[in-house]
Amino acid sequence: MNNTASLLVARSPATPPLGPLSAGSPESTRRVGAGFTVLAGFAAFTIIAMLAVILGNIVIYGWRSVTWDFVSTAPREGMTKGGIFPAIFGTVSLVVLMVVALVPFGVGAAIYLHEYARQDSWLTRLVRFATTNLAGVPSIVFGLFGLGFFIQFVGRNLDRGLGLDVTWGRPSLLWAALTLALLNLPVVIVTTEEALRAVPRHMREASLALGATRWQTVRHVLLPQALPGILTGTILSVARGAGEVAPIMFTGAAYFLPYLPHSPSDQFMDLGYHVYVLATQSPDVEATRPLLYGTVVVLLLLTFLLNFAAVLLRARLRMRLAGRN
Amino acid sequence: MPGNEVIPMEAPVVIPPIPEAEERNGELGPPDEAHRGKPFPRDEVRTAGPVAKGGIRNGVRPPTEERLDDAAIEAILRVREFSLFYGQTQALKKVSLDIHPRAVTAIIGPSGCGKSTLLRSFNRMNDLIPGIRTEGEITLRDLNLRAATTDVVDLRRRIGMVFQRPNPFPKSIFDNVVFGLRMLGLRNRAELEARAEESLRRAALWEEVKDSLGRSALALSGGQQQRLCIARCLAVQPEIILMDEPTSALDPAATARIEELLIRLKANYTIVIVTHNMQQAARVSSFSAFLLNGELIEYDETIRIFTNPRVQATEDYITGRFG
Amino acid sequence: MPTASNDNHGRSGRFASRPVPLRGSRETRERFIVLGLRLCASLAVVGLGLIIVFVFREGLPVLFDPATRQEASLHGFFSTPIWQPVSGVPKYGLLPLLLGTLKATLVAMTLATPLSVLAAVYTSEFAPPRAREIIKPAVELLAGVPSVVLGFFALVVLATWLHHALHVGTRLNALNAGVALGLAVIPTVFSVAEDALRAVPNSYREASLALGASRWQTAWNVTLPAAAAGVTAGILLGLARAVGETMIVLMASGNAAMVSGSVFDSVRTLSATIAAEMGEVVVGSPHYATLFFLGGMLFLITFVINTLAGLLVERMRRKLGTA
Ligand SMILES: Nc1ncnc2c1ncn2[C@@H]1O[C@H](COP(=O)(O)OP(=O)(O)O)[C@@H](O)[C@H]1O
Ligand SMILES: [Mg+2]
Repeated sequence: MNNTASLLVARSPATPPLGPLSAGSPESTRRVGAGFTVLAGFAAFTIIAMLAVILGNIVIYGWRSVTWDFVSTAPREGMTKGGIFPAIFGTVSLVVLMVVALVPFGVGAAIYLHEYARQDSWLTRLVRFATTNLAGVPSIVFGLFGLGFFIQFVGRNLDRGLGLDVTWGRPSLLWAALTLALLNLPVVIVTTEEALRAVPRHMREASLALGATRWQTVRHVLLPQALPGILTGTILSVARGAGEVAPIMFTGAAYFLPYLPHSPSDQFMDLGYHVYVLATQSPDVEATRPLLYGTVVVLLLLTFLLNFAAVLLRARLRMRLAGRN
Repeated sequence: MPGNEVIPMEAPVVIPPIPEAEERNGELGPPDEAHRGKPFPRDEVRTAGPVAKGGIRNGVRPPTEERLDDAAIEAILRVREFSLFYGQTQALKKVSLDIHPRAVTAIIGPSGCGKSTLLRSFNRMNDLIPGIRTEGEITLRDLNLRAATTDVVDLRRRIGMVFQRPNPFPKSIFDNVVFGLRMLGLRNRAELEARAEESLRRAALWEEVKDSLGRSALALSGGQQQRLCIARCLAVQPEIILMDEPTSALDPAATARIEELLIRLKANYTIVIVTHNMQQAARVSSFSAFLLNGELIEYDETIRIFTNPRVQATEDYITGRFG
Repeated sequence: MPTASNDNHGRSGRFASRPVPLRGSRETRERFIVLGLRLCASLAVVGLGLIIVFVFREGLPVLFDPATRQEASLHGFFSTPIWQPVSGVPKYGLLPLLLGTLKATLVAMTLATPLSVLAAVYTSEFAPPRAREIIKPAVELLAGVPSVVLGFFALVVLATWLHHALHVGTRLNALNAGVALGLAVIPTVFSVAEDALRAVPNSYREASLALGASRWQTAWNVTLPAAAAGVTAGILLGLARAVGETMIVLMASGNAAMVSGSVFDSVRTLSATIAAEMGEVVVGSPHYATLFFLGGMLFLITFVINTLAGLLVERMRRKLGTA
């Protein structure tokens, strides 16, 4: 072994100088990449296509049914003829009651969480935990809860306490609305908090520095600016409330009623429940099909218009949030 | 008057009236009636020649430290050994100084030295930040600011604040100006209007907005917005106005107008201004406090600080060697 | 002594009537407001608590009430493979219901998971802005379709299509219900996964691209792994939704409680069982208690899945350092 060689060996311990990169065929890499992209795009396309098929089918078969007569009259002849006015009326009453019960508390909770609460306190953490978990409770469980708590417990005891016949201890508009309110509580809390987050901190400081109290700051500076967000949350909850059936099946919705509800203790007809009833319990499937499609169109129109409004409002809110940074 | 010994005046002082507000000057000025007409250092006085003979003594320590008896009469706001901690980090280290009424006091120092923190301690704006701890004493006249029993809301009415970035509410100009008054429960439309006009005049904004009081405040230019914020602050008649780099977000022309305004206001108001801008401190303030790493390095009459500082660090900073 | 007392502050001049609210009443008011707001916030906790208490309260006889247990007990739930609550000798075997729930859920997730995750990757990593502007609102639209409408569609239209195409089994079966269920789940998985992907800092992508990786290599090897926890959370949330969803399976699955491994057979799920039978039961009967017990099971299953998802989201947030 000559000297130079041994030196070289000593200096470079077993690693030969790196040769040129032996990359896999760039062609195949490129092709896999293209395939992947196309596949991902196709997935997105499929989702949209399925949505389009559903909506298309419903609109094509349903739009003819939606006439003035249809939305303004009651069902006739064992619900094989006539309109769905009582169901529209019932759904609207339901969501109005729900909003009245829901929004003040939801907004109040969000204000507390975002403007008053110490973020590390046990109450705050507990409330946040409850809010996220409430949002995940299956809607049928809300229905059970409404039945077990509002009707069997509160209603029955109310009747007993007031010495009434069965008035509150049975399914009613009020109990259904309250059940839906609890179901939607997380929606309003989360959107309102998001809206409050979008109000820049310096707005609070400006107000407090002028000698406004905390509540005055909330009332006169934050709430006006958070209004679009609160409205978004309210609309979203209304859209969801109008479409939910499982929670109101045993808490207030009626199969058929020959009269409109005129008190919160009355039962009511509901659009979503009406769809279920027409689709599954109809004595004459063919005869009710146009009514069924028509009801679906009305229900979809209602929820979509509401959702659309919410999306628009939220987009504006997000833009403002982004503009701040 | 006891103040006379402290700050000898070479010329009789006339409080320059704010032109537009002349006839109502006595009614709408700041509420410290007892101080009205009391002589205070003026720009002309100090720029005219040697000042503060035996008056305010130079030194690292606040000028009134050794003469607390006098200071009790003189100062409107007294800070003693005040320390503030953000969690573990100490942002202010045993700061002591007196704020003199009817003068502009500038707080200068490099970025992050604690200027804003100190300023926000005066109206307890730091209360909003969790995990803050303070030590020492701050008194507004005879009110202990740090006490838990101190009414923070009332305190903030007495000590107003103007922020770095103009922050008008997304409301009309009028609603902005009278916001604080409404929060006080004032509902009378005529009175609100009168006070709004007065405040806008004092903030030198009236002429520009008098025909569009209903317009959104956000439609104003940055400089106008900042003057609106000053008007909004004046409307609640604070005894002290704190300003945190009020011109740093403005262009030079708007800055000049605000400075002009400051010089006019200082006859009637006590102003504490944080500024990054040495020229600004020199132009508008009578006293300057130099802060470095949370410590008060030097506090003196502005002219002294700028012409003949006692501490090397101050000179280094003034002459732009750091910061 | 110039001790301007606090109480006459701000009452000078013409506007002596300025109403300064008394501190005491003002603070009492504020305290009541905080109390009210805290009460509102507590409502979420109270609501969740009441759900737990009342759903389990009505279901507990199954475990503890001797009379109920003669007919419906935990032991009985698993000792028979037959669900036949309305018959001479009621049988409460949960096996067909659990199996049915599992089958419908599996079909739904098999459809929804790849579609949603791929679509989310496409939307956040590849889609041109205009495509994104179509995809996201479209998915939100899908999320807004009430489940009763999806159930209606599966029952009236999809079932027929599938039956014609496949010619197997019954018209209403696990596949049919599962596909419709998948549609309900897609928006949940997509939105959460897409949010997670977008939360990955751009610097990650830039680093990868700068090393010569292609866009899909970056998406597959960098972005997706970084967002893995969030994407998994989305899938879990979708799973919880699928398990708990009621109207779709109630309408589209045929509701036959049978023990079978085929997706072409009709199934009866836990949720659909509750919905279908609760209307006819006698309050307080063993059947009633059993249905509440099923509700309690549903609650627990979804609760566990959702909590897991929450933990994953939390972990991802901490990892990416976004609050
Ligand atoms: N909210 C805060 N939490 C923690 N540290 C802070 C906070 N605000 C300021 N600080 C720290 O306190 C010091 C002083 O800050 P500040 O008063 O804003 O300085 P200046 O206004 O002089 O630029 C800085 O070091 C800063 O990092
Ligand atoms: Mg600062």
